[in-house]
Amino acid sequence: MSQTKTKIAQRISKEINDGDVVNLGIGIPTIVCDFIPSDIEVHIHSENGLVGLDKEAAEGFEDKDIINASGKYATIKNTGSFFDSAMSFNIIRGGHLDMTVLGALQVDSKGNIANWMIPGKLVPGMGGAMDLTVGAKKVICAITHQTKKGTSKIKQECNLPLTAAGEVDLIVSELAVMEVSSEGLILKEIAKEVDVNEVIEKTEAELKISENLKQF
Amino acid sequence: MGKVIDMQELDKFFDDEMRIMIGGFLDCGTAETVLAYVNQLDLHSLTIIVNDAGYNYKSKGKFLATADINNIITSHIGTNPDVGAKMNNGEIEIELIPQGTLVEQIRAHGAGLGGILTPTGIGTKAEEGKQIIEVEGEKHILATPIGADIAIIKAWKADKSGNLIYRHSAKNFNPIMAMAADTVIAEAENIVENGELDNNNIMTSNIFVDYLVKSKPEN
Repeated sequence: MSQTKTKIAQRISKEINDGDVVNLGIGIPTIVCDFIPSDIEVHIHSENGLVGLDKEAAEGFEDKDIINASGKYATIKNTGSFFDSAMSFNIIRGGHLDMTVLGALQVDSKGNIANWMIPGKLVPGMGGAMDLTVGAKKVICAITHQTKKGTSKIKQECNLPLTAAGEVDLIVSELAVMEVSSEGLILKEIAKEVDVNEVIEKTEAELKISENLKQF
Repeated sequence: MGKVIDMQELDKFFDDEMRIMIGGFLDCGTAETVLAYVNQLDLHSLTIIVNDAGYNYKSKGKFLATADINNIITSHIGTNPDVGAKMNNGEIEIELIPQGTLVEQIRAHGAGLGGILTPTGIGTKAEEGKQIIEVEGEKHILATPIGADIAIIKAWKADKSGNLIYRHSAKNFNPIMAMAADTVIAEAENIVENGELDNNNIMTSNIFVDYLVKSKPEN
C-alpha cells in the first residue's frame, strides 16, 4: 500500500463518527476501514446486500455466499444483517447512509464527480455509484491529487461524464482537504509535507484558503 | 405437477430472441448449473437483464461472453473484458442503468407499477432520453418497468413446492427477479420435502417459482 493512499485513508477515517452507517467504495476508500478507531462502532454497508461488513475472509475461511462489493470473500459482524438489492438501495437512496467514500477520476469546484467512464476508452458502468452519491448524507471523494502525468484531478469543471452533479461535500487528497461550498472549494487543511503555494499550483480548481488553515 | 425437473427438460422453455433475467451479484447467488446448460442450447439474439457482467472465465460472465446476445441491460460490465470488447465492436448493445434504478425497475414490473421516480442520475448521462418529473421541487427520472420471459435465479434451499431460502449475501437480485418474469426457474443447492422448511423463514413464496433444478456441485 502506497504512503499516498494510506495518508488519504487515514485522514478520511477521522470524519467517521460513532454509530455512523458508512459505505466505502473500491480502492482507497476500502483502506479507510483499517484506520477506524476500535472504540467507536461503525456499521459498514455493502451495496451487494449487507450491513455489518467486517474484514476480508482469511485464507481457508472463505464462504462463497459472503462477498463484498468488489467480489472479494468477506466476513460479517455478529450484529450484521443480509438483505436483497432493493433493500440495499432503499438504504442508500432513502437517506439512511451517513456517509459514502468514493474514488474518482475527476472531481470539481461545484462538487461534481466523475468516476464511471472515459468515452472511447473505458466504460465499466456506474454500478451503485450514482445512487451512493445522490443518497448518502455526506459524500467524501478520496482522490490522488494528480494523474501520473501530473495533471490535476481537482478541476474547475469536470470534463468526463458525471457520476453525480453537485453531490460531493469533501475532497481528500494526499496534499489537501477541500470542502465544497457554494463559493467553490475551500482549502481547509494541507499536508505537513507541503506548503500552500504548492497545493495551489497543483490544483486546477480555484481554492479559497480557510482562515483557519490546518495541517494533517 | 411437480416443480422439480431434470436439466434436459429446460430445453422447451427457451427460444431465440427471449428476454432472460439472471440473478446474482458477480458470482454470488448465480445459477451456475442452469446457465452452463442453457449456454449449450443453440439460442440466438437474446436480451439479458443482469446486475453486472461477472467474470469472463466462469459462470454468468462466461455465459455473457460466449452466448449469442444482442442486448444486455445492466449496471456494470467492468469485470468482463470480453463483454466490453463485444460492446466496442458493436456485437452487443449495452444499456447501462444505475444499480438502484435497475433493481427498482425490475421490482416495479413484478409489483404491477407503472415505473418509479428516482433522483439518481439527474445531471448525468443516465437522464438522457428519459422523462423527467419534478416532485416537490426536486427533479426525478421516470424509470419504467423491466420484465422478462424467463428469470434464472439461485436459492440455497427449496422445498419441492418451490418455496425458497437464500443464504447470506447471495440474495441480491434473486427475490426481485422471481416476481418479474413469465417463467421463473430456480436453481437450489438443496431441495427438501414439503413441510421441512419453517414457514417463517421462506424468502420467496412458491407462488413465484415455476420450476426447480438442483445445483451440481461443480461445473
